[in-house]
Amino acid sequence: MSDSKKRSGLTLILVGIVAGIVLWGGFNTAMEMTNTETFCISCHEMEQTVYQELQETIHFTNRTGVRATCPDCHVPKEWIHKFVRKIQATNELYHKVLGTIDTPEKYEAKRLELAQNVWRSMKKTDSRECRNCHKFPSMDLDRQAPRSSEQHDQHYWDAVDGNEPQKTCIDCHKGIAHSLPEGFDPNAEY
Amino acid sequence: MKKIALLTLAAIATMFLSTAALAEVQSLRGDALDTMAKKPANMKIVNIKGGIARSFKLQPPMVPHEVDKYEINLKNNGCMKCHSDETYEKEKAPKVGDSHYTDRDGKVLKTISSRRYFCNQCHAPQVGADPLVQNNFQGAK
Ligand code: HEC
Ligand code: HEC
Ligand code: HEC
Ligand code: HEC
Ligand code: HEC
Ligand code: HEC
Repeated sequence: MSDSKKRSGLTLILVGIVAGIVLWGGFNTAMEMTNTETFCISCHEMEQTVYQELQETIHFTNRTGVRATCPDCHVPKEWIHKFVRKIQATNELYHKVLGTIDTPEKYEAKRLELAQNVWRSMKKTDSRECRNCHKFPSMDLDRQAPRSSEQHDQHYWDAVDGNEPQKTCIDCHKGIAHSLPEGFDPNAEY
Repeated sequence: MKKIALLTLAAIATMFLSTAALAEVQSLRGDALDTMAKKPANMKIVNIKGGIARSFKLQPPMVPHEVDKYEINLKNNGCMKCHSDETYEKEKAPKVGDSHYTDRDGKVLKTISSRRYFCNQCHAPQVGADPLVQNNFQGAK
């Protein structure tokens, strides 16, 4: 190999590395920017419905001052799952353009379907996003209300012993962050 | 001249008397009328296992648990997630009284009667506070 060829090869690699860093950084920045509550509620479909309801709940203000934002519950933390969720979210852009839920009436009409999408994916991941903050092994059942500890007891021990979970948070805690859809049946399997 | 002096005196006297009378008016809570009332103590709603004893037979029982996270609106009744005919067994909760499923004509309904829809109209949670005024009330036995 001649010297000049070697040099251009080196330059190419260098350029590649620099471009990679820039692209990767830009990509990550985009991921970060779209991972904030401010971004989520920049769409009135999200701001005037679910965001208003969230403000009434314990996940917005509470004793301890720990806040759960939209991405905390709806966007996975691990890189690969987050990436998949972002791809799925392009569907939201599409329906934004279509105006599928751009009035409160349209929103309510589609709410059960949207909620079911969320329940299904949470069930599939054993409520992974809830467990980013709440973990059975970290719960002090003695400090919970009797109604809570009675229902948690068995699942607590399953988690501590590393058994397959029989039930997950969302099985019992639907509607903790937003109003439940009309026609919701607490006895049905969703 | 004498008349004016007398009138002024009388006016001043009334002013003193009326403020004195004002000072004697007391609020039931014991706060001075011209100051802000004391902030009520920040009490928590109590969870009582086994429920709270009733004072008479047809009393709507007190709610022995926290209620702030349950919404009652046009679309859903959060209390019925646990207290309805279909769910109470699974949730280990007492079922609403049978009366809650009858309408005013005595007809038995499939869903909660609209007369009983707003649970907190009759059932109240309790905070862990002592009574403000002691009394000797005893429930019917
Ligand atoms: C461009 C406007 C827009 C933005 C920004 C937006 N959304 Fe949405 N979102 C929508 C629309 C429109 C739908 C309805 C999609 C449909 O009809 O299928 C939707 C649906 C949803 C659903 C229902 C889930 C499903 O699978 O059907 C969730 C959850 C959601 N959004 C959460 C979020 C979160 C979290 C963010 C911020 C990271 C966000 N949205 C940002 C417009 C938006
Ligand atoms: C960002 C962290 C975070 C995430 C994610 C999160 N939570 Fe919470 N959750 C909290 C905090 C903080 C509280 C309030 C603790 C307190 O002050 O008592 C809370 C309270 C609760 C309560 C108690 C409600 C009450 O009124 O006593 C329930 C039930 C609950 N969360 C369920 C869930 C479920 C189900 C999910 C998943 C869909 C979830 N949480 C996701 C942080 C989180
Ligand atoms: C078998 C049903 C069931 C499962 C599974 C379950 N919970 Fe609960 N949980 C309850 C009930 C019932 C209560 C008490 C009533 C209520 O909160 O509405 C409760 C109460 C709570 C509370 C409030 C505790 C207190 O007394 O202050 C938190 C926080 C909570 N759950 C979080 C979770 C999380 C996080 C998960 C998943 C890791 C989970 N729960 C799984 C049934 C369940
Ligand atoms: C504490 C966790 C939590 C937080 C925080 C949260 N959500 Fe949700 N979200 C849920 C759960 C759980 C569902 C499934 C429906 C249900 O149970 O009410 C849901 C459902 C939805 C849906 C589907 C339609 C519906 O009304 O059920 C949309 C859209 C949505 N969330 C958007 C948002 C946006 C936007 C934010 C931030 C303003 C947000 N969520 C914050 C837990 C959360
Ligand atoms: C998560 C399930 C759940 C929800 C939701 C719930 N409760 Fe309860 N409730 C219970 C359980 C369990 C008991 C029994 C507690 C005990 O006796 O230890 C109970 C007890 C009661 C009692 C006492 C009954 C008696 O005979 O003493 C009343 C009244 C009551 N609840 C009213 C309500 C109201 C009103 C709401 C809505 C604001 C509500 N409940 C929501 C689970 C629930
Ligand atoms: C108009 C007043 C009223 C309203 C509204 C009302 N209740 Fe009651 N409730 C009563 C009375 C009175 C009793 C006791 C006598 C009886 O069973 O009818 C009672 C009894 C109960 C009991 C105990 C039943 C038993 O057998 O021990 C529960 C649990 C209960 N109510 C829950 C609810 C719930 C949940 C709602 C809302 C869906 C509700 N109530 C609405 C008046 C009311």
